[in-house]
Amino acid sequence: MADTLLDVSGISAGTEDKPILHDVNLKVGAGETHVLMGPNGAGKSTLGHVIMGDPTYKVTSGTITFDGQDITELSPDKRSLAGVFLSYQAPVEVPGVPLYSFLRSISQMRPELKCTAREFRRRVGAIADELNLDQSFLMRELNVGFSGGEKKKIEMLQLLLLQPKLAILDETDSGLDVDALATVSHGIQRYRETVGGALIMITHNTRILERLTVDRTHVMVKGHLVAEGPASLIDDIDKNGFERFESQAAGEGDAR
Amino acid sequence: MTKERTQVADVDRSLYDFTKSEEGYERYADGLTPDIVRAISAKKDEPQWMLDLRLKALDEYHRRPMATNWGPSIAGLDLDHISTYVSPKTKQASSWDDVPADIKDTFERLGIPEAERESLAGVGAQYDSEIVYHNMREEVAKQGVVYTTIEDALHDPKWEPVVHEYFGTLIPMTDHKFAALHYAVWSGGSFVYVPAGVSLDYPLQSYFRLNAQGAGQFEHTLIIVEPGANLHFIEGCSAPKYYEANLHAGAVELFVKDGARLRYSTIENWSKNMYNLNTKRATVGADAKMEWVSGSFGSHVSYLYPTTILAGDRSSCEFTGITFSGATQDLDTGCKVILNGRDTTASVSTKSISKDGGINTFRSSVVVGRHADNARCTVSCQSLMLDNISRSDTIPAMDVRNPTASVGHEATIGRISDDTILYLMSRGCSEQEARTLVVNGFANPVSKELPMEYAVEMNNLIKLEMEGAIG
Repeated sequence: MADTLLDVSGISAGTEDKPILHDVNLKVGAGETHVLMGPNGAGKSTLGHVIMGDPTYKVTSGTITFDGQDITELSPDKRSLAGVFLSYQAPVEVPGVPLYSFLRSISQMRPELKCTAREFRRRVGAIADELNLDQSFLMRELNVGFSGGEKKKIEMLQLLLLQPKLAILDETDSGLDVDALATVSHGIQRYRETVGGALIMITHNTRILERLTVDRTHVMVKGHLVAEGPASLIDDIDKNGFERFESQAAGEGDAR
Repeated sequence: MTKERTQVADVDRSLYDFTKSEEGYERYADGLTPDIVRAISAKKDEPQWMLDLRLKALDEYHRRPMATNWGPSIAGLDLDHISTYVSPKTKQASSWDDVPADIKDTFERLGIPEAERESLAGVGAQYDSEIVYHNMREEVAKQGVVYTTIEDALHDPKWEPVVHEYFGTLIPMTDHKFAALHYAVWSGGSFVYVPAGVSLDYPLQSYFRLNAQGAGQFEHTLIIVEPGANLHFIEGCSAPKYYEANLHAGAVELFVKDGARLRYSTIENWSKNMYNLNTKRATVGADAKMEWVSGSFGSHVSYLYPTTILAGDRSSCEFTGITFSGATQDLDTGCKVILNGRDTTASVSTKSISKDGGINTFRSSVVVGRHADNARCTVSCQSLMLDNISRSDTIPAMDVRNPTASVGHEATIGRISDDTILYLMSRGCSEQEARTLVVNGFANPVSKELPMEYAVEMNNLIKLEMEGAIG
């Protein structure tokens, strides 16, 4: 295994009144691709949000170490600047904020990405082309009125622009048509090739994984990580579903 | 993970918050008497009709009770202790070099001479009760455009009858108590005349600065845009903070003739001890267009409802406004539209932001007259509240007397969602940057309507208001 980039150690977390994650342990090495699977409501998205630092969820025990730094108490912006990226299932619309200037400002916040306006225009233009994204989108308001597929492309655009060390893609492939799926899939490939960052793919769709070399697969049921295995585990789940994991986790408490 | 929310400290107003000595200034006694009104008139060497108008207005003012049954409280305003006339010891200049150093410094810090050089056709600058600087580009003057003070127009035999014909006809002194007060003690302001068919490439701007403590500013703006002419007029206002109440009761009368277009932009940033009781009104001729862009950031209490009378057939108006209300501010703003002509259209779009216990009230009045066949009016009001202690109310009124008219109203009141803040923070924005981004985005439809440098000023004002320590 490569050097550990992310070490989720004994994390329990939930909302004010409801525990969701129970003693979750997850290690991701630099540049590795992990897949997180599980039935609906298992807590997969919650784990993604907890790694990002979403204040909706309170961590009751455990630590999260990223790139050698304990980030358990850090706010999402500090985690982002440290190199964590979360692509959302439903990216929010922010009226009145032009996409291009937003991209420019989040890029300028990172010393390693600082560049001239001209160089930035070139960089964003190249990524947009890569994602079959018409340049006119860059002049529109952030995600406002974008289709589901367009929003996911904008997430990929930010992923390729910000070059994080770790990208958590929360069902980035869900609800996309074939063309959009191909584009998003291409974006993920480009991230792996050009940035070499680690990936945690939260997904139900094994098709998007076909073109990726998966290092580890994790199965989450009712807030517990109940199984971990090689890429072949995906095929197993594809054929047999989550049933055997669910019976294994029965009685371990409800989770979302 | 901390869940604490933004704590916002007192806003840094140092950009606006500097005072200059009043030493040697001519300051009339506080309170309101016929003697003071006569003294102001005599100082300005006015025609008899103007003195008569002032004295009649003073009677009207005393006769009218203070309204106490609606709007924010003005109990903190003691009119017996407001000085109605404070004049800096200087004559009006047409070169900044002739303006006294401390006053020139004030306007330089506000960026006025720079803006004049770069993007304006003319500038007027009022300091307390008097205009201290007035100048217009020569090529604009050559087209017959007049941009001066009402006082100067009254001393010009060519323009005195014009002022006499229009002055006080759109906003009568009987309109309300503070209109009466305005006419009794008005001083300074602008007179603008754009001849038929003349179109100005650059805006004219008047800037009003109230430096004196416990004083009132009562400027009168009279703009006549003749048929087919086109003007953009910008008005800016600011004042340093004092602990005594200041009063602003200006009046703006706009005459937009057939086929003409007038855009009137305001960025108001009075200090938070100001009672801003301002009256603005436009009458619009056939096929003419009136556009208002209004940003209200300052003052302790505001009552401000610019009114448009769509008198001519096919006339139209657009009103775009934003009001930002922070701690200690109670801002009652909105607009009125009266659609009298046939096929008239009006579109009102306003935004309000409240924070730290600030109160925003949006009040609109739409009246469609009996003869206004096919009149169309839409009113949209969006409010953003940044915390749980602030307040935002929407009070629309509609009076539609023509069955073919169509009038629509929509209002939304919201908060910044946690999801939005999380999204922006997870891309690297601090919580404060995220909030400022959302608020600036919310205000964007208004700043888009402003000339570049004023849009920048507005974004800076929002940034100043949003700045503070994260808890």
